[in-house]
Amino acid sequence: MSRPQSRSRAASGERDVPFTTLSGQPVKALYDASDLPAPREEQPSVGRPGEYPFTRGVYPSMYRGRLWTMRQFAGFGTPEETNERFRYLIDHGQTGLSTAFDMPSLMGHDSDHPRSLGEVGREGVAVDTVEDMETLFDGIDLGDVTVSMTINAPAPIMLAYYVVAAEEKGIPATALGGTIQADILKEYIAQKEWCFPIDPAMRFLGDMIEWCSQQMPRWHPVSISGYHIREAGATAAQELAFTLKDGLTYVEQAVERGLDVDDFAPRLSFFFNAQIDFFEEIAKYRAARRIWARELKETFGAKNPKSWLMRFHTQTAGVSLTAQQPLNNIIRTTIEALAGVLGGTQSLHTNSYDEALALPTEEAVRIALRTQQIIAHESGVTNTIDPLGGSYFVEALTDEMERQAYAYFDKIDELGGMVDAVKTSYPQREIADAAYELQTAIDEGQRIVVGVNAFTEGDDEQTPILHIDPALERKQIDRLNAVRARRDGEAVEAALLRVRETAAQEGANLMPALLEAARVRASEGELVESLQTVWGAYTETPIF
Amino acid sequence: MSTTTTGAKVRVVVAKPGLDGHDRGAKIIARALRDAGMEVIYTGLHQTPEQIVETVIQEDADAVGLSILSGAHMTLVPRVVELLREQGVDDVLVTVGGTIPADDIPQLKRLGVSEVFTPGAPTDAIVEFIRGGARA
Repeated sequence: MSRPQSRSRAASGERDVPFTTLSGQPVKALYDASDLPAPREEQPSVGRPGEYPFTRGVYPSMYRGRLWTMRQFAGFGTPEETNERFRYLIDHGQTGLSTAFDMPSLMGHDSDHPRSLGEVGREGVAVDTVEDMETLFDGIDLGDVTVSMTINAPAPIMLAYYVVAAEEKGIPATALGGTIQADILKEYIAQKEWCFPIDPAMRFLGDMIEWCSQQMPRWHPVSISGYHIREAGATAAQELAFTLKDGLTYVEQAVERGLDVDDFAPRLSFFFNAQIDFFEEIAKYRAARRIWARELKETFGAKNPKSWLMRFHTQTAGVSLTAQQPLNNIIRTTIEALAGVLGGTQSLHTNSYDEALALPTEEAVRIALRTQQIIAHESGVTNTIDPLGGSYFVEALTDEMERQAYAYFDKIDELGGMVDAVKTSYPQREIADAAYELQTAIDEGQRIVVGVNAFTEGDDEQTPILHIDPALERKQIDRLNAVRARRDGEAVEAALLRVRETAAQEGANLMPALLEAARVRASEGELVESLQTVWGAYTETPIF
Repeated sequence: MSTTTTGAKVRVVVAKPGLDGHDRGAKIIARALRDAGMEVIYTGLHQTPEQIVETVIQEDADAVGLSILSGAHMTLVPRVVELLREQGVDDVLVTVGGTIPADDIPQLKRLGVSEVFTPGAPTDAIVEFIRGGARA
């Protein structure tokens, strides 16, 4: 992208505001044919949808063939409460399930661990054993729906619970479709829910990817996520670059383990944020598809065209929601969701307007789902594929996003690759800097946030919020104790021993030992602590 | 430069109690306080109330800012306040930031929290509040 015109604002008659994207990138007054990429005969950079390099979309028919999956993320309280919310969403037309786990589950603590106090079921559902997983999906045909699970550090344990829960209902692992997030690098970069040091955590993930590539043909064993990187304050280009580099690192590692790239790459999926800067987001998704296709084809030599496809889930930006005048958040979410759709997303979560205050109420969730349905069925944007393709501005911005991503790739390579870059806090620092810059621009009034630093009158209504009953924590601990009381203690000890032994063994795969432990009702906390006796725990160097 | 009446820099502990990993706000506030001339100790994530109180005492802090976005504030904040009291610490300004529902704020203030900052609170206002309140 060339620099914005430098003639003075007064002379040009322009408003005295910075014409930049949310990420601080300058935007010109006008784009024209000179901003388009030079036509390349042999390898088009834009091309057609469903064809390499997939800038215009991964499928030839896109939403004319099939709409995106409307997948609202949900989870709170005990598995019973969340099961009820799942059924409510299915009844209202949702087409896939997405599970939010509570903080203790994400960190590998049982509900009765001292550090879980006050956190059980607060930000997601509490899952301690395979029996909780069974309750969570009670009455839902796991062979029929696709299920997404947002869990990372202990992901192989949760997957084992899911597989065993299905197995006990007579559904084999081969029939299960869905996604587990399991993107551990972005935990150290942004989301900060970890259990183990980085190297064993990478091996743990590798074990699961390998096992899934052999046993779960319909499963996405990792959802390479930029969402949390963006929420932590990254720019669009940082979200794009760090996420893709994480993904390329997983591919590299799997290839080093001896897997054929075409055996697992088609099952990799992505998860991006949809922020409020409409065109910047659309350009980000388009650039992401193009970079992924090129790297998989040219760097890793993938032959199967499905390995080149970047399919992604999108969630509107939680960080863009304001606690002030919360109904305005419905409008923000609509703009963001539309960017995800025009960017060609495969599934979408729209945030509820009350989420800067608490977990969403049923009514707020319904409006969020309706937002997607209005975009899908009323707005007309699904009638044609990549309607913004060829736009001077969108194509120029797509190219610029790609250029910035490669500049970050080079920098990360200089640092020895993504694992080393994360260990030395490079992406963490870049994100903290970007977050601070944006906040400064808001505090100084350079960037307007409606209802927060401008147009603040009229914020006196109380929004009804969801209250989590503190008694649920006790109820969940009782559930866990009941499982502990009726299981075979010796079988659990034997299973935990096998887990420790396998963890200590280089080159062994932990999944079979985890499945066995799940069957005998070992708890998540017991499994994580067993692994920590071998691998140790992780402590971050705090930077700000 | 921000100084107390004795001329020393104001010392602030910015802490992340609980298990949530949302540290964007805490880090922005830590940096803003430092840029305003205060001495900032950022605890990092996943701190227990015991760890936080120990840091406050060891660092001889004038103020502690607790950042919580996990919904566990009604468990964790009272515990921090109680531990400070048990340790005989009564001159440390306690503030809370994060997704705190309006209904919970009066209760937190009754417990001894001086101010609660919710999403959208201007950074300057937070810095000024801490500067004004710390060992004032």
